[in-house]
Amino acid sequence: METNTQPNTLSSIASKREVKTAGTQAMGVGLEARGIHAWFGQKHALANVSMDFWPGTVTALIGPSGCGKSTFLRTLNRMHEFIPGAAMAGEVLLNGEDIYAPGTDVTKIRLKVGMVFQKPNPFPSMTIAENVLAGLKLAQLKTANKDELLEECLERAGLWSEVKDRLNTHGGALSGGQQQRLCIARALAVRPQVLLMDEPCSALDPGSTLKIEETISHLSSSVTIVIVTHNMQQAARVSDYTAFFLSDGGPGQMIEAGSTNEIFARPKDQRTENYVTGRFG
Amino acid sequence: MTQTPPVTPPKREITTKPRFSDKVFRGVVTGGGLSSLIILGLILGFLLYEGYGTFKSQGFHFITSSNWNAVVDANGLFNAKASTFGIAAMLIGTLVVAVIAVIVGVPISVGAALYLTFYAPQFIRKFMVTAIDLMAAFPSVLFGLWGFFVLESSGEYWAKLLNKYLGWIPIFKLPTPYVQHSPFIAGLVLAIMIIPIVTSVSREVFSQTPLDRIQAAYALGATRWAMIRAVAFPYARSGIVGGVMLGLGRAMGETVAVYTVLNIVYQVNWHILFSAGGNIASMILLKFGEASPQEIKALMAAGLVLFLMTLLVNSAANYIVNRSKSGR
Repeated sequence: METNTQPNTLSSIASKREVKTAGTQAMGVGLEARGIHAWFGQKHALANVSMDFWPGTVTALIGPSGCGKSTFLRTLNRMHEFIPGAAMAGEVLLNGEDIYAPGTDVTKIRLKVGMVFQKPNPFPSMTIAENVLAGLKLAQLKTANKDELLEECLERAGLWSEVKDRLNTHGGALSGGQQQRLCIARALAVRPQVLLMDEPCSALDPGSTLKIEETISHLSSSVTIVIVTHNMQQAARVSDYTAFFLSDGGPGQMIEAGSTNEIFARPKDQRTENYVTGRFG
Repeated sequence: MTQTPPVTPPKREITTKPRFSDKVFRGVVTGGGLSSLIILGLILGFLLYEGYGTFKSQGFHFITSSNWNAVVDANGLFNAKASTFGIAAMLIGTLVVAVIAVIVGVPISVGAALYLTFYAPQFIRKFMVTAIDLMAAFPSVLFGLWGFFVLESSGEYWAKLLNKYLGWIPIFKLPTPYVQHSPFIAGLVLAIMIIPIVTSVSREVFSQTPLDRIQAAYALGATRWAMIRAVAFPYARSGIVGGVMLGLGRAMGETVAVYTVLNIVYQVNWHILFSAGGNIASMILLKFGEASPQEIKALMAAGLVLFLMTLLVNSAANYIVNRSKSGR
């Protein structure tokens, strides 16, 4: 077959990455999903997904539209339950504790597991600085030095040099890519342990996408990142681990998970191979 | 060597040939749009024409004095010189009851709108939206009768309570202990009347709060209340102001309910618990039946003042709404 004789570009991209081994970093137990199911009303959208997210790594969730990967992501910080009729089963363990346990303060969970959305969504009524610090105000957190935190978060999001002279202007005047990095800075300001990213680059141009990917690489040493992406090259470039999701008309399932290198170079499942080699989806 | 500067072509006129059907439709909707403007103009013209004489003979006293005295001489003829018409008491009364209505009604309305948008379960929301719409369509005379027979008795108790504990504030003072049929009670009835419209408008704008902003707030660990403060209020503020102004307009123009509940007295009364007050609309209703032709002209002039006052309030509202668009 032709594809076997040609070098697989995705796997070559993935193999260039320095692979971080699970559990090498002392950052706590991390995030574990155990037998997650999700429903929207009567529709069973996701079936029996179990995964570990190791501290200090980037995990990419890939798969065709409607395979349940975004739904899975949203169960990890309890954003799933905002959709009317949404239900779930299974356990999500954050540092060993079930975030769905009765009596859990959900706002505390979302402080530890932050989220960046598909469409950049800065608060338009706030300035750039206010946007970054919005989480502190919303969750009523105190900080010793706001200016320091502001600079640190914008620096980590790769935005500081571009906005440091206009921190008090409104965030809406920024470009799409800048707005998305502003949203990343905003998510970082509450010092999350895990950052969930739901197709963060799908509304951005290639230049901005590259910047966000650089930001992800910088962040991965301090924050556990889970990223949903439709762009397989992006998954190959930024992630240490990759999970492939697929729906065969029924609920979405996780077909295969492993190191990004393995998934793109030597997938075990035929369906994964078909997808990553572009034969369908 | 001479350089020819680059030639900028003249701007072209951009036109299109409309189809016949489109022209007809355009005519119909333009007619609809203009007719409301024409009707408004005709009413204004009519009030100006009828009220002009009164403005001329009474001058500025028309809005600064509180005497309403149509003098008829021995021959049964109207004496324009001796007659005085002043609506100061009614003008102030209009503002007093409308402001009471807004102060009491708006917090309840905004609270109800927040509950319906962000807290209420689906079935309660559906039921309550229907109930509130029904309340908006309720005839005002029924509110007036209910206020007269039901609210009056409990309102009397609240009025005495307010006077007892807050009587040191001038507006809660009572010159004599008569608390029935007061601007306070009328304001409460009007508050209940404006709640549906203000709730309905506020709920509409709250429900349009962009979902991505709501989710952004929740994802940052916001409680529902923090989300409402940081996202929903800035977004909905201008819309709520618009709704409040609609309510204020209704409260200022309300006739029958105020006529039923309030003890209409021709004196400027700032003591809202005291049994005296009135508003322009209810005064017109009160006088209209037995007024001589000349007195009716004075009533038209009063109507014109009400008209201009409403216009002023609406313009102020528009100004506020346009200024505070930043949250969008």
